[in-house]
Amino acid sequence: MIQLAGLDRTYVVGGSPVLALRNVHLTIDPGEYVSIMGPSGSGKSTLLHILGCLDRPTAGSYRFAGEETAGLTEAQLSRLRRHQIGFVFQFFHLVPRLTAAGNVELPMIFAGIDPGERAQRVRQALEVVGLTPRAGHRPDQLSGGEQQRVAIARSVVMNPALLLADEPTGNLDSGSGREIVGLIEGMNQRGLTLIVVTHDPRIGERARRRIQLSDGLVVSDQTSP
Amino acid sequence: MRFADLLRFAGGGLRGHRLRTFLSLLGVGIGVASVILLTSLGEGARRYITGEFASLGSNLLIVVPGKTETAGFAPLVSTAPHDLTQNDAQALSLRVPALRRVAPLVVGTAAVRAGERSREVTVVGTTREMLEIRHLKMSIGRFLPGGQPDAAVCVLGARVQRELFPDENPLGKLVRIGDWRFRVTGVIAPRGTSIGMDLDEVVEIPVDTSLRLFNRSSLFRILAEVGSHDEIERARRRVIEVLRERHAGQEDVTVLTQDAVLSTFNQILGALTAALAGIAAVSLGVAGLGIMNVMLVSVSERTGEIGLLKAVGVTQAQVVAVFLVEAAILATAGGCLGLLSGLGAGQLLQQFYPEFPFQPPAWGIPAALSVSCLVGLIFGILPARNAARLNPVTALMRRKA
Repeated sequence: MIQLAGLDRTYVVGGSPVLALRNVHLTIDPGEYVSIMGPSGSGKSTLLHILGCLDRPTAGSYRFAGEETAGLTEAQLSRLRRHQIGFVFQFFHLVPRLTAAGNVELPMIFAGIDPGERAQRVRQALEVVGLTPRAGHRPDQLSGGEQQRVAIARSVVMNPALLLADEPTGNLDSGSGREIVGLIEGMNQRGLTLIVVTHDPRIGERARRRIQLSDGLVVSDQTSP
Repeated sequence: MRFADLLRFAGGGLRGHRLRTFLSLLGVGIGVASVILLTSLGEGARRYITGEFASLGSNLLIVVPGKTETAGFAPLVSTAPHDLTQNDAQALSLRVPALRRVAPLVVGTAAVRAGERSREVTVVGTTREMLEIRHLKMSIGRFLPGGQPDAAVCVLGARVQRELFPDENPLGKLVRIGDWRFRVTGVIAPRGTSIGMDLDEVVEIPVDTSLRLFNRSSLFRILAEVGSHDEIERARRRVIEVLRERHAGQEDVTVLTQDAVLSTFNQILGALTAALAGIAAVSLGVAGLGIMNVMLVSVSERTGEIGLLKAVGVTQAQVVAVFLVEAAILATAGGCLGLLSGLGAGQLLQQFYPEFPFQPPAWGIPAALSVSCLVGLIFGILPARNAARLNPVTALMRRKA
């Protein structure tokens, strides 16, 4: 589903180029559970952003579901993110003025799904993450773990093929963190391709396939039997 | 995306920062209110003048001695105009059948005295026809007698009566005008100012008497009423013809029709209203800058939210739409606020000046609303584009959505 070939990403910082990713070759199949690990500055977040089509590579090729993304317009990339990719962030990124249900509904509003179907899918998504009783609460009335569960419900409500999680437990206590990991692993078991970026080895080791980045280079790529 | 959802989402964004929203609402509100109020003033002035002319009688011709050139060169050789006389007035009523009524007009000032009380008033010499031509009403007694009597009788304006005879019925009483004595036959009902002459402040006497009183032989004006509106232009030409014949072939009078005067006033006051609207529009422009400022702050405050929107697949065009609609809602709501307060202030002023018709022109209300919406859209473009162009990666680096 994902094919990266000779991928570079260069930033210009203070006039001098910085190589965030160097010559990355990677193929990820549908349904895989992949963790991307490495110290901060190793390029793992950059890689995640490129995989999520929020950022474009400076050189090389990124094919998503067989299609080269370099040739897609902004609007086509938006459509790809809308229908194929779900994001979970370290800081949740919930809209503070909307309720839990409103936050889950958000992607469907902009996708033009009609209100009846939206309400039904919000209910299902909140039920999957176990937040049905909290549907009417705003983010500031929810605990960190609950907020992240809302974010997960939001990320899967459009039935994406790929779920990208950027340090999903980085801002949570270990108990809530375990719940969150359990939730997204559950999504993976139902067929969703899951890519988790983390610097926490206890989270990273759980993935069947573990990729280590260092200074923008893939230094190891191990798959458990 | 459904438009109702867009409105709801954008409206929610505004509720997120109530004080700022309210202040920029106020800015637009004040702008729109001033447009409404100032155009109401201009339009009111126009209606007031128009109403005044209508009260003169709608089919009025006014004959003024002397030729007013409205176009072309002034004549090289100045020809002294003939005076307008009583005979001219009579000739008009006999020879121009389109004129239903003709009234001569003599105007002078004199001291009027009744007993110990005395005051300076405008004395108008005319005939009975004046009553009909100027739609006057009597509060008591009768107007001047018919025909052309040289009689020592007079009719008082309402205020003259109040001041000279505060506690008694003036009918049949004697007043002194200049050195002559007149008997009061009636009092005109209060009427107020009508084209520069306060009819409450005059004393009317028969025209021949007034000519003798002021020792004059010529009239100030001749007023004539035309039977039907369609005949005005024909009557006007005929009046000029008759008078040219009588004045040795010289065209030395000017005949004003109400239409001509009215359309001139209409033009002037229309321009005045437009100018006032223009001045008020400046404050709308300032309010637009206020909206732009609020939206720019809002965009930078909601960077995280915008990043998230992009991550969940909201297109650039949709981000632009969200922020444009926010600005437009802000401006239009401010416009409604301003409209209501502008109309309210007009009503309030109406209480203090009941004669002056405060009312915005017909185009005022739709124009104020559409212009304020437009102001929101125009001044919303820059913030909306800033939002749409945010890089989602940097936008998401913020800790908070």
